[in-house]
Amino acid sequence: MNMVFIISAIVTIVGISTPILLAATGELVVEKSGVLNLGIEGLMLVGAVTGFAVTFTSFSPWLGVLAAAAAGASASMVFAVLVLSLGSNQVATGLALAIFGIGLSTLIGAGFVGIIVPPFTSIFPDVLAKDPFWRVLFGYSPLVYMALAIVAAVGWFLKYTRAGLVLRAVGENDLSAHSIGYSVIGIRYGAIAFGGALAGIAGCYFSMVTTPMWAEQMTAGRGWIALALVVFAGWKTRRLLVGAYFFGMLMTLELYAKATGFLYLPSQFWAAMPYVMAIVVLAIISFRDRSGSEAPACLGKPFVPNT
Amino acid sequence: MRIKLEKRAEPSRVMLFATPIVAVILTMIIGAVLFDALGYDGQRTVKEIFFTPVLASYKWLDVAARAAPLIIIALGLSLGNQAKVWNIGAEGQYIVGALCGAIVAYFTQSATGSWVIIPMMLAGIAGGAAWAAIPALLKTKFNVNEVLTSLMLVYVALQVLSYIVTGPLKDPHGQNFPQTAPFTDAQLLPRAIGNIIPPGLLVAFILMLGFWLLVSRSVYGFEVRVVGAAPSAARYAGFDASSTVWSTMLISGGMAGLAGILEATSQLGQLNLGFPSGYGFTAIIVSFLGRLHPVGVFIAGIVLAITYVGGQVAQTVVHVPSASGGVFQALMLFLILAADILVRYRVRLVRGAA
Repeated sequence: MNMVFIISAIVTIVGISTPILLAATGELVVEKSGVLNLGIEGLMLVGAVTGFAVTFTSFSPWLGVLAAAAAGASASMVFAVLVLSLGSNQVATGLALAIFGIGLSTLIGAGFVGIIVPPFTSIFPDVLAKDPFWRVLFGYSPLVYMALAIVAAVGWFLKYTRAGLVLRAVGENDLSAHSIGYSVIGIRYGAIAFGGALAGIAGCYFSMVTTPMWAEQMTAGRGWIALALVVFAGWKTRRLLVGAYFFGMLMTLELYAKATGFLYLPSQFWAAMPYVMAIVVLAIISFRDRSGSEAPACLGKPFVPNT
Repeated sequence: MRIKLEKRAEPSRVMLFATPIVAVILTMIIGAVLFDALGYDGQRTVKEIFFTPVLASYKWLDVAARAAPLIIIALGLSLGNQAKVWNIGAEGQYIVGALCGAIVAYFTQSATGSWVIIPMMLAGIAGGAAWAAIPALLKTKFNVNEVLTSLMLVYVALQVLSYIVTGPLKDPHGQNFPQTAPFTDAQLLPRAIGNIIPPGLLVAFILMLGFWLLVSRSVYGFEVRVVGAAPSAARYAGFDASSTVWSTMLISGGMAGLAGILEATSQLGQLNLGFPSGYGFTAIIVSFLGRLHPVGVFIAGIVLAITYVGGQVAQTVVHVPSASGGVFQALMLFLILAADILVRYRVRLVRGAA
C-alpha cells in the first residue's frame, strides 16, 4: 500500500466518524446524568436541516452550526419535559422524538432539496491543508477540530470539575444527590439540552461538510450507531474516540466497496457491516460487563422524590 | 395558585380510556398550529389528514388495508411492552418475514393450488420470529440491551432486502428493476374479500380476539404483566424473566413477519425496494395509543391508518410534504405519553404557597 492511499483513507475515516463522535459525546453526558435519550437520530436530522437552511440564507456556515446546535437543544426539550417533568417512559419518548425529528426535518427541508451551500473555509493555509502529506493533520473541516476539542473538554469536565462530579452523582444515585440539595431534574434538563445541541451539530456535519446539500433522512441511521458507541465506550470519553474511528473504518470500507466493488462481496454486505459489527461489539462489551457496573446506575429510571 | 400533582392510589380507569381520545384531539390542535407556523394551511391539513379518510367512503378500503399490518404488528408488540421487553425492530422483522415468504413463493412458482399460501405464511411467521430471536438471544445470554440490537437489525434487514431483490430473487423479466417476480395467481390473496374487507384485517380481527383471551384469561398473560410491573415479585412467584423475553420477542417477531407476508401477497403481489413503509415503527405508536390492550390496539390501528391515508390526501390537496403524516403520528405518541400522567396522578389547583 502506498502513502497516498493510506493518507486518503485516514482523512476519510476521521471525517466520516466526526458526526457519530459528536453525537455520542453529547449522549454520553445525557446518560451520565441518568437519562437515556433514544432520539439522537431525530435530533441530528433537525440539526442537519436547520444548519443547512440558516447557512443558505445567511451565507455564514458558523451561524448555521450555531443554529443547528440551538435547534437540537430546543427539540430535545420536548423530550426533557416529558421524561423529567411528566415522568414518561424514556424508551418510548425517545423513540417518539426520533420519529418526530425525521418527520419535522423532512417538512422543513422540503424547500431546500437540490441546492448547495458554501462550504467552510479551512482554518489552515492551503500550503498545509492541500499538501498531499500534511493534509492528514491540517486538511479537515473546522468542525472536525471543534469536535475533538469538545470531546477533550467533556472528558475534562466529567473527570476534574465539581460540576462534572455532581452530574455523575445525579446519574449514579439520584436520591442521595437530591437529599444533599442538588436539583436532579434541573441538572438533567441541562444535560439533555447539551446532548441535543451536540446532536444538532453532528447533524449539520452531514448537510454542510459530508455533502453540502440537504436530503431526506440523510443521516441514514448514524444516530443509532452513536447510541451503540456510548455503550461500546463503557461510558468513558477516551474510549469514545477509539470506537468512533473503529466505526469510521467500517463505514469507509462501505464507500470503497461501492466505488470499486472489491472483494467480490455485494455492496449491501458492506453497508450492513457497521450495524452488524455494532451488534457484535455490543454483545462482547455487555457480556464482559454483565453486572452492569459500567453503566450509570440510574440510567433510564425516572426520578421520583419522596417529598 | 399553583398546580399540584397527587399520586392516585389506583390508576384512574376513566383517564385510561379518556387520555387516548384527549391525545388525538390535542394532536389535531397542536398539529394545526405547527403547520401554520411552518407556512402551510394548518386547519386544512388537519381536516384532510383526520377527516377526509373517514368521511369519503371510497377511502375506507384503503384505511382498512393499512390498518391490518399496523394492528397485527402492534398486537405482538403490546405483549412485549407489558413485560417491558422493548422490541423496537418490528420493521426489520416485517421485512424479513416478507422475504422468507417470497423465497417460498420463488420455489413454488409451478404450484397451481392455493395451498401454497399456507407455507408462505408459515415462512413469514418463522422469518420474523427468527429475526427477533437474535435480540432475544443476545439479551438472555449476553445481557445486551434489546432496544439497540433490535433497531440495528432493521438496517441490516434493509440491506438483505436490497441484496435479494437485486440479486438472487430478481425478476428475470423485470427490465432490471429491483423487484422479485410477481407472485402467481395461486400465491396471491385477494386485495379485499368480496371487495369489502382486506384479508389482513380479517386476520387482525381474529388475532385480536386470540390476544384478548391470552392476555386476560391465561396464566401466561398474567406472567407477562407481573414480569413487567414487578420483576422481583415475578421471580418470587417462579416466573422466569428470560423465558418471558424469549416468548414475547418470538411472538412479536412472528406477528411482524406475518404482517409482512400478508401485505406482500394481498396488497403488492411482489417484493421490491419500496416495500418497507415504516409500519413496524408506527405500530409502536399504535401499541401505546391502544393502551397495550388488544381491543384498544385494534381501534388505534385504524386511527393511525387514517393518518397514513390522510397524509397522502393532504399531500395532493394541500401540497404538504409526504412526511406530514409522520409528524402527526409522532405528536400523537408524545401526547399519549404526556397524558399518561393523568392516569397516575390527580391534578389539583392549590391556593397560596405550598
